[in-house]
Amino acid sequence: MSCLQVLATGPLATVQDLGRPGLAGIGVGSSGAADGGAFRLANRLVGNDEGAAAIEVTFGGLEVRATRDLTAAVTGAPCPVTVDGRGAAVNSVLRIPAGAVVRVGMPDRGLRSYLAVRGGISVEPVLGSRATDVLAGLGPEPLSPGAELPVGPPPQRFPQVDLAPVAACEDGEITLRVAFGPRHDWFTEDALTALVGSSYEVTPESNRVGMRLSGPALERCRTDELPSEGMVAGALQVPPSARPTLFLADHPVTGGYPVIAVVVAADLDKAAQARPGQRIRFRR
Amino acid sequence: MRFLRCADSGLLVELADLEAVQALYAALVEAPPEGVTDLVPAARTLLLHLDPQRADVAAIEAAVRAVEPRGTAGGDGALVEVPVVYDGADLAEVAKLTGLTEREVVDRHTSAVWTVVFGGFAPGFGYLAGGPPELAVPRRVESRTKVPPGSVGLAGAFSGIYPRESPGGWQLIGRTDLEVWRVDRNPPALLRPGVRVRFQEVR
Repeated sequence: MSCLQVLATGPLATVQDLGRPGLAGIGVGSSGAADGGAFRLANRLVGNDEGAAAIEVTFGGLEVRATRDLTAAVTGAPCPVTVDGRGAAVNSVLRIPAGAVVRVGMPDRGLRSYLAVRGGISVEPVLGSRATDVLAGLGPEPLSPGAELPVGPPPQRFPQVDLAPVAACEDGEITLRVAFGPRHDWFTEDALTALVGSSYEVTPESNRVGMRLSGPALERCRTDELPSEGMVAGALQVPPSARPTLFLADHPVTGGYPVIAVVVAADLDKAAQARPGQRIRFRR
Repeated sequence: MRFLRCADSGLLVELADLEAVQALYAALVEAPPEGVTDLVPAARTLLLHLDPQRADVAAIEAAVRAVEPRGTAGGDGALVEVPVVYDGADLAEVAKLTGLTEREVVDRHTSAVWTVVFGGFAPGFGYLAGGPPELAVPRRVESRTKVPPGSVGLAGAFSGIYPRESPGGWQLIGRTDLEVWRVDRNPPALLRPGVRVRFQEVR
């Protein structure tokens, strides 16, 4: 069987697809690629269905060897890519000869890159999905050196373009659009003003579950306890520290702290590319 | 009934009580409105996850208002019997908090028929309601960093079983060998919303 042999992973590399929605009733969140737009593009470039499983690489450092000729693409955070030591372009269709090593280096901006191979990564699905949910502990283990990832049969469709024009991830401060709610009335007027009037910094306490942000405190005007309630990706939940956490793909199904605002769905991919130290401005 | 938007990704429906949540969840889980991708019942709210490309929020609000509430929660109404050894680390504390003896705590826990009202916290974790009101206890002041799998606990008006080792703040009264969560089983969760549970003491 053809496969990818994992030689190195960098800080975190996981298999992802479009997740397992519909299972919240039994405590299972959707999970799936953090930057869904980049993930889908990687699959389209190699002619896969958009939901075929691919590798999400966090901050570069992935090295894999192909056991047969493969077609691949790297999207998302732009990083130096080499195939057997020769430079290759991101957002393009790459021909990987049997035995060649693909290296995905550290991105100079953005955080998460995607390596898709024609045929998709065909590890065994768990509850209908091949996504690794780091919070729930579902799906394949995060990749480690020595792992062998099977590649599925190539789809009937062939790659149609060689290169996709993609706006690069933003360097410096990024702006995310938000809508107040659902519990914005639990916060003071000053808190609402601070949230959209100042900037927040992504702290190193950030992962696929969410990003802890540092910046002005968001004080509550109601201090009673909120019974746990359902959470969406993009929710800005405010724990007793008064600094918001921005929930990403592996967020908990329910949460017990009030949500002051929610990032609009179209800006979630951009949020997933914010790296520790980067500043975020929220705009209504 | 109050609607709270979560930008274009969700619609949180705030309801009067747990029963109203159950009734609405039971109705919507059978026929979710167009554009709703998941439902998250909780103690006083039902969250509708939306597909921003397909969801017409005004139409969904109208559909939710038009729902004929059901008397029972979704699910098949199966009865799961859970064998428990009542030797939990917090059993004495629960007795103190409730003013009951440890024996009475166990008797009350085993005599009730509980119902899974919602999931959350971890895959396969079911919040069980319907127990005797005397067993309502606050969470532990300090949550434990490691609660062993199979631990049976109480918190607020709920009882629950930890599906796997995890941190947790529930008052632990016992443990069970029953595997409430296995991904290679269909369905993987024994404690799905609507399932009834009876605890049985084993020594």
